[in-house]
Amino acid sequence: MASHGIYDRVAIVGMGCTKFAELWDKGLDDLIVDASTDAFASAGVSKEDVDAYWFGTAQSGMSGITLARPLQLQNKPVTRVENYCTTGSEALRGAVYAVASGAYDVAMAVGAEKVKDSGFQGLNAMNPPGDGTARTLTAAAMFSMVAPAYGQKYGVDEETMADVLASIAVKNHHNGARNPRAQFRREITKETALGSPRLAGTLGVFDCAGVADGAAAAIVVRAEDALRYTDKPIYIKALALAAGSGSGLIDPGYDYTHFPECEAAAADAYAQAGITDPRRQLAMAEVHDCFTPTELVLMEDLGFAPRGTAWKEVLAGTFDLDGDLPINPDGGLKSFGHPVGASGLRMFFECWLQMRGEAPADRQIATTDRGLAMTHNLGGYPGEMVSFVSVVGNRPG
Amino acid sequence: MRGILSAAGYVPYRRLARSDVREFMGSGGGKGTRAVASHDEDSTTLGVEAARLALRSAPGHTPDSVWFATSVPAYLDKTNATAIAAALRLPGDVGAYDFGGALRSGVGCLIAALRGGGTSLVVAGDMRDGLPTSADESAGGDAGAALLIGDGPDVLAELVSTASATAEFTDRWRAPGDRTSKLWEERFGENRYLALGQDALVRALKLAGLETSDVGRLVVTGMHGRAVTGIVKKLGVGEPVVADDFVASVGQSGTAHPLLVLAGALETMAAAGTPAGTTVVLLHLADGADAVVLRTTGALAAWRPSRPVAEQVANGASLPYAKFLAWRGQLQPEPPRRPEPARVSSTAAYRNEEWKFGFVGSKDRSSGAVHLPPSRVSMDGGAVDDMEPVAMADAAGTVVTSTIDRLAYSPSPPIVFAVVDFDGGGRYPVELTDVDPDEIRAGSRVEMTFRRLFSADGIHDYFWKARPVRRGVARRGEEV
Repeated sequence: MASHGIYDRVAIVGMGCTKFAELWDKGLDDLIVDASTDAFASAGVSKEDVDAYWFGTAQSGMSGITLARPLQLQNKPVTRVENYCTTGSEALRGAVYAVASGAYDVAMAVGAEKVKDSGFQGLNAMNPPGDGTARTLTAAAMFSMVAPAYGQKYGVDEETMADVLASIAVKNHHNGARNPRAQFRREITKETALGSPRLAGTLGVFDCAGVADGAAAAIVVRAEDALRYTDKPIYIKALALAAGSGSGLIDPGYDYTHFPECEAAAADAYAQAGITDPRRQLAMAEVHDCFTPTELVLMEDLGFAPRGTAWKEVLAGTFDLDGDLPINPDGGLKSFGHPVGASGLRMFFECWLQMRGEAPADRQIATTDRGLAMTHNLGGYPGEMVSFVSVVGNRPG
Repeated sequence: MRGILSAAGYVPYRRLARSDVREFMGSGGGKGTRAVASHDEDSTTLGVEAARLALRSAPGHTPDSVWFATSVPAYLDKTNATAIAAALRLPGDVGAYDFGGALRSGVGCLIAALRGGGTSLVVAGDMRDGLPTSADESAGGDAGAALLIGDGPDVLAELVSTASATAEFTDRWRAPGDRTSKLWEERFGENRYLALGQDALVRALKLAGLETSDVGRLVVTGMHGRAVTGIVKKLGVGEPVVADDFVASVGQSGTAHPLLVLAGALETMAAAGTPAGTTVVLLHLADGADAVVLRTTGALAAWRPSRPVAEQVANGASLPYAKFLAWRGQLQPEPPRRPEPARVSSTAAYRNEEWKFGFVGSKDRSSGAVHLPPSRVSMDGGAVDDMEPVAMADAAGTVVTSTIDRLAYSPSPPIVFAVVDFDGGGRYPVELTDVDPDEIRAGSRVEMTFRRLFSADGIHDYFWKARPVRRGVARRGEEV
């Protein structure tokens, strides 16, 4: 038993991504058609050329027909997947493994979410019938418990902690302002972040991801076929997924300062990709910054900073666009917005742009010669989450 | 010897200062305070909290039936006493019955239990409403009470006699579905109750071979305040004989009130070391009058109630009048803009009764790891189906970390939430109640309380929350 990975066996040869925003005039079908059409064009293929489809949506639709109908796919194998906020990544994982297995030559992953038809702010899970004892807390509240726990454990006072978290929001807004597809394209100051209304614990509006509609898509083929579609394929180096058992919620040993599921997924991905020093080997990382303390803790869970030191690195600008290791150069969930089923694929889209040197000049990172980029998702809460980590590269070997 | 084996009252944490009514409305109100059930309490949960205390103070006794009286039942058709029995984790062979609707049902329940056989847990819970500025709004109160009735040498007060005077007259009435009562001219009821009360009391004492002067402690209750005061005056018993009726602090708590005041009286007498053989008389005025004559035993002075009513009365916290109106549906604030929760699945609740109603988790026999909710597979070691139930409702705990959720749906936002580590093992992230948002920090001590989380499609979602352990209200044997 082992996680063998499929290093360099599959490559992304085309991608599409809509603008993420409150798209009152676009339905789920429009989002699907827009992202898919762009991806087909990007790879230079038609829908008939694609042998199988994986469709990710958290709760905008059910079954493969949610994708097959708007695209009018005729009896293609279409699989709908859901895995909390890793849903989009999960769609790509299915498509990649299907190609790697030899079952198909060309596969496509599409992720889409129409969040803004509910009439409510934020994300609202539709839970199955239950006994009425499940927590009804928002994700913001669950993640808000991370900041004081981290501060207490590592001796970071409240004022410094607020400054660190505001710095993360400022950085992601800075990057998003340079991204035409992002939901929020306005830079903010620390004062704005610190002065925003509190939603949960010490978390304010600017500590929370944007909530947006959107879709993204990727077309994958066997690596040896990739150059037939594009001269700059993005190679899959590693795909890792970890679903926690939920025991963190009831285990008195859990202290809310780290996410074991993310550590596990990262360890698996690094082993598959042969990464030993992620801080120096990675050109960039797209991480799941659903809330600012989440991004802080992830810097340690993913091995970018030793335990208890990420807050210093944040203040030092290590993870800025021009920093040592740019994190969320597209603005992250914070300013790009978070259509649940699409976010994972959106992260791949940024790797696709950056690692091919096609990001807009004002946010093109300078580290792409390192050759490797990471995407990371998590879904759920501290103590009970799923986590996904991928490593992709702009050259084989 | 048959009589009262244990007694307890439950007074909810919040108090409305009656003077706040006049300040807000320009009229109404009065002196003192009334107890206010939290937005997550109802007559059933008030009864549960009182019954938990009553059973805790009577170790070694298990009821064979639970009788529940209220004027505001959470359900009609469906028995409410079954939820109480489930929350108390009473076995399935215990009968559970409601005495519904009328304000006489609480005392009726008590008399039936005293005159019957077996061990009965008599529970009452009530929430009294009145229209804003009305006398009922201020005079009413919310409370639960429970008396364990049975036989044995450890009876605290034995039954001597009872007498009832029944009369059909319309003094106070309420149509089904209404929350507030209507009243006939006050002097009519006063006239009737004075005569009926005296009649019942004289006959009860005569049956016992006693005179009014033999009464060592007198408890008179009833919704008609002038009649209650009048009859106490007419009987001419001395001030120290009359028990504190909690009208100034708790308010008239309907069906629960005679039980609450009797429990309070027994608690006071126990603390004072009242000798055996003292005569205690309960007289309740409702659609007639009911008198119960009891005689204390030697067990009373040794009885240590777990959380006396007087202590709970002293440990309340104020509630603004506007919040009171909102909690009672008299004023509707903007609801949170979040989807309302779906109704509870009846089948899921049935399967998980021990967890949902009893707060029972499971403990891995090999690793000792506590699982909340119970689990078949252990998180520590992976043993399958090797767990034993672990009852957590009476465990106290310490807050590890906490937060305030201003977004989540709640009937009364914001939600205060904490991760709690229980003494003796086990962790559960849980909503807090009876708490001010800035009151909780790491290290705060909490205990569990049975609450109604919300209602949807007429189904009430009962489950447990945590509340701070208040100074002076810690359980017996616990440091305060």
